[in-house]
Amino acid sequence: MNAALLIDSSYFVAAFLFIYGLKRMSSPLSARSGIVVAGWGMLLAVLASFFYTLDVNDAAKPHLNTNIALALIALALGLGWAWRSGKKVAMTEMPQMVALYNGMGGGAAAAIAAIELIGYKTHGTVSLSLAVLGGLIGAIALSGSLIAWAKLDGRINGTLRFSALQLVNGSLLLILLAIGGYIIWHGGAVAWPLFAVFFALALIYGVMMTMPIGGADMPVVISLYNAFTGLAVGFEGYVLNNPALMIAGMVVGSAGSLLTLLMAKAMNRSVANVLFSNFGAASDEAEGEIAGSQKPIDAGDAGINMRYASKVIIAPGYGLAVAQAQHKLFELVKLLQDADVEVKFAIHPVAGRMPGHMNVLLAEAGVPYDIIFDMEDINDEFKEADVAIVIGANDTVNPAARTNKSSPIYGMPVLNVDMAKQVYVVKRGQGKGYSGVENALFYADNTQMVYGDAQKVMVNMIQAIKSLGGGH
Amino acid sequence: MDYTTTILTGFVALYIFMLAAFTGFEIIGRVPAILHTPLMSGSNFIHGIVVVGALWALINASSLPEQIIGFIGVLLGAGNAAGGYVVTERMLQMFKPSNEPGKE
Repeated sequence: MNAALLIDSSYFVAAFLFIYGLKRMSSPLSARSGIVVAGWGMLLAVLASFFYTLDVNDAAKPHLNTNIALALIALALGLGWAWRSGKKVAMTEMPQMVALYNGMGGGAAAAIAAIELIGYKTHGTVSLSLAVLGGLIGAIALSGSLIAWAKLDGRINGTLRFSALQLVNGSLLLILLAIGGYIIWHGGAVAWPLFAVFFALALIYGVMMTMPIGGADMPVVISLYNAFTGLAVGFEGYVLNNPALMIAGMVVGSAGSLLTLLMAKAMNRSVANVLFSNFGAASDEAEGEIAGSQKPIDAGDAGINMRYASKVIIAPGYGLAVAQAQHKLFELVKLLQDADVEVKFAIHPVAGRMPGHMNVLLAEAGVPYDIIFDMEDINDEFKEADVAIVIGANDTVNPAARTNKSSPIYGMPVLNVDMAKQVYVVKRGQGKGYSGVENALFYADNTQMVYGDAQKVMVNMIQAIKSLGGGH
Repeated sequence: MDYTTTILTGFVALYIFMLAAFTGFEIIGRVPAILHTPLMSGSNFIHGIVVVGALWALINASSLPEQIIGFIGVLLGAGNAAGGYVVTERMLQMFKPSNEPGKE
């Protein structure tokens, strides 16, 4: 049997399964089977690639057994570690795990580029250009994703910002492009230390590019790096003459780019704005103009008031995820529903750390779809609501985004929670949101603050409502 | 059997890139917001196919540096694929239609 034919036909089937799987993933009803379909494609492609061992380069023949052993060890280690960590991670920490796995993919693409370059295996201007470009993008995706992971995981706090940062980054990128151009100009025949410098600088650039970006913008950044990795994989696929990599990489590259645009649009900002400017830079001038004070209220009292409301809208945010309060929240919702209160959820497009993050959390707790609404669908209903309760959200409910032109988040669409008759804000402390902007909502006359961990607050509310006694 | 791999260069490669790009664009464009996170995770899994390219590079490695980098590449690629699969599968498991209670 011809090894090349087996490999090529397996890749063909795998590419079909990837696209079909992604297609199925795009509808809630078939989504679960979609990932399984794509998984079979992956398994097939990986198994088929062992037929490569039947037809290796002459130079590699003496090393074949070592190489196969190395490949098996690397596969087992990578698969074993990722499988365990993926199974273990809590739902709330999913975004950083996606960032981490994505960075690994970028690293693998950069590794392919490095081997091609230091082995002087790539010839022809187009191949060489794509190898260099894919290596550059892959390395940036690797270090950038690692920083994104570390930030979301709380391993790195704060942001690195200095006035000349954009200038430094700009020059760094120019140097990278110059080295890349030099390598291509010389047909790849340059001394290996230059390759090392190239990849090292690309990694540094990824770090420098991600460090100034604040927590609230992380979803956009992760999505962007996801698209980067896809592109890098597609380019390296061209270099290796591997259609499976080309197709899968380019599909992800374009899908990821579109997703990034959608997410940035939801925040009413451009991708360039997310990357090259930051909230913190402008916020200094805008502060200190808010009148009034924050009025605290006991969790139990707030709970009882909700019990006697006729319509309650819940606006969840990242704080809900951090406190793991989604199950307790649903318990509270069921209690309210039993008391004939109409309860709805309002989901801001960038609530949490990734689009759809809140939906995943609420789905985990078993909250039915039909009471969860997107911002556009529910924003007009806040003025009819007796109570709007904000749980661990901040910037996405800041009315200053609608009214205050000097506010750094001016223009970003927000949930109109302030229009409800009564607003409760469940919050751990008096701090600012991730954008570093003060929230005028917390000082509004119709707002009362419930301080505390979201899960404990939910428990207190549930107890208070239960203590009223059941029955209608 | 006489079969040799087709070399995908020039316009053939360009066509593949173009059609694949449109495919990705179309799939994401019509997706409800609630699936954005799982779909990002799912596409993250799919570029884990890079492990196959890394495998080829490692199997054809002929020097120690190439073997080291190839080893790292396969390790990272396998992590991308396996991790992406597990995380996506766990997220999507929550979208079982049976979770949807009937309305009254």
